Amino acid sequence: MNKRITAWLQAAPIAAVLLAFLVAPIIMIVIVSFWGATEYSIYPAFIFDNYEFLFSSPVTYTVFFNTFKYAAITWALTLVIGFTVAYFLAFEVRTLKWQIALFLLCTIPFWTSNIIRMISWIPFLGRNGLANSTLISWGVIDEPLEWLLFSDFSVILAFVHLYTLFMVVPIFNSMMRIDRSLIEAARDGGASGLQTLRHVIIPLCKPGIMIGTIFVTTLVMGDFITVRFMSGSQRANVGRLISNDISLLQYPSASATAVVLLITVLIVIGLLLRLVDIRKEL
Amino acid sequence: MERRSRSFYALAAFFALFVVFLYGPILTIGILSFQGPQGGLTFPMNGVSLHWFRDLFQEQAVGDIWGSFRRSFALGLMVMVTTVVVSVLGGLAFRKRFEGATVLFYLAIASLVIPSILVSLGVGLIFNQLGLPVHWSSSGFGGQLTWTLPFGLLIMFAVFNRFDKSYEEAAYDQGATSWQAFAYVVLPIIAPSLLGVALFGFTLSYDEFARTLLIAGSYNTLPLEIFGMTTNVTTPVIFALGTLTTVFSFCIIGIFFLAAWLMSRRKDKGSDAGKGMV
Repeated sequence: MNKRITAWLQAAPIAAVLLAFLVAPIIMIVIVSFWGATEYSIYPAFIFDNYEFLFSSPVTYTVFFNTFKYAAITWALTLVIGFTVAYFLAFEVRTLKWQIALFLLCTIPFWTSNIIRMISWIPFLGRNGLANSTLISWGVIDEPLEWLLFSDFSVILAFVHLYTLFMVVPIFNSMMRIDRSLIEAARDGGASGLQTLRHVIIPLCKPGIMIGTIFVTTLVMGDFITVRFMSGSQRANVGRLISNDISLLQYPSASATAVVLLITVLIVIGLLLRLVDIRKEL
Repeated sequence: MERRSRSFYALAAFFALFVVFLYGPILTIGILSFQGPQGGLTFPMNGVSLHWFRDLFQEQAVGDIWGSFRRSFALGLMVMVTTVVVSVLGGLAFRKRFEGATVLFYLAIASLVIPSILVSLGVGLIFNQLGLPVHWSSSGFGGQLTWTLPFGLLIMFAVFNRFDKSYEEAAYDQGATSWQAFAYVVLPIIAPSLLGVALFGFTLSYDEFARTLLIAGSYNTLPLEIFGMTTNVTTPVIFALGTLTTVFSFCIIGIFFLAAWLMSRRKDKGSDAGKGMV
């Protein structure tokens, strides 16, 4: 059989799934974003009302600002934590067996339920939770801290908890590909540990950092559950704006917001992708 | 052996803290799920009992969690099998040049990074406009594939990038057809990695939430059921459920690891091919 036809046949199933459940839905969202809505139904139209309303509402800007804020803070924290963890695994753990074992230890939670992992913070952060009672018994504080749960703090904590792995894995992967003789050469040339880190390791880890960055920022920007659950519905991001509209059956308005969110995310990814070629890194 | 530097101990301590950060909360709810019948959602423990686990088996206390567990399990298996088959095919396709390869690759990446709610919303709208009922095994199934397939495909890329083509070429030189070369040479070599794809397929589906939310229809999957419970259940029964499903996830992960380990051990021992000839 012709090689090219074989390749097409083999690629057909994944292409079909992505067309049906990714491309078509996005096209549908774009179309519906121009439709009109009554209180209980939507009707085909070609109107810009949804976008006009979206861009004229001050809520939109606050919510987009919040979304970027969550993404930026989570990105910075996951990068620092993820890089340190990956560095430890790649350069300080000496045998491959231990590297794999400890690496798997970090990845296992990824295969468990995100919702359970969010719920499990409640006994920690609540008014009478572990954090507060410990701090009180140590005499650090006199009354329970109110901002531990249902606040920006808990939202970001949950993001970091859920998504640091997405930094660890690609950075670790990049680090494992660094030729160890380069590091020795740096040391022989008289570089201090920090200089080696800055001028050798970090530049060589850039692809891993970029991939991790793409994952974390897009996951946070597209999130709607973590923010709702961890803030006790007191904070909002774009995802929540969309899901609120959906629950009110305002699909056209939800679609318009979704289109704007998608464009924003794509711009962010486009900027990041200019800096790295993902396919080379696998 | 070279002595450990001070930075090793600092980093090891950091790593240990990270592991505590990862597992601490889940251990806490594990402990709290054994609360006495009067116990609340946080410490102190008010006695120790299996009360809340028993509650899980009473329909009126928690709704239809066993039904939703069965659905999640079935859906997980469906997604797992589909992900493995479709990812392997996709991986094979990408080893050759074909028109549209770049577009398809970026589509897969897009599928991974697109805000999940867009998949939910879009698939829901399409089913709605086509007049089809949404159901976990149709729309929910498709929605989840947009999340598991890109992972599967990326793993296959990693596998085939490290694949030594000379084995395959040797097979062709011996006159194997392309199907024989795949079935008897390529597939056995990549089989352990397929376990990885299967693990991603099952667990990501079993826990998937955001892409299933609006398109699972009237019968919930387990994560949706749990999310529903967070708004109206205020007893440790939710911790008991969380503990149970996490233990279940750990078991699944353990089974996959065990299988991978057994497979790699068999490979190390070498094959018995040709032994009968001696």
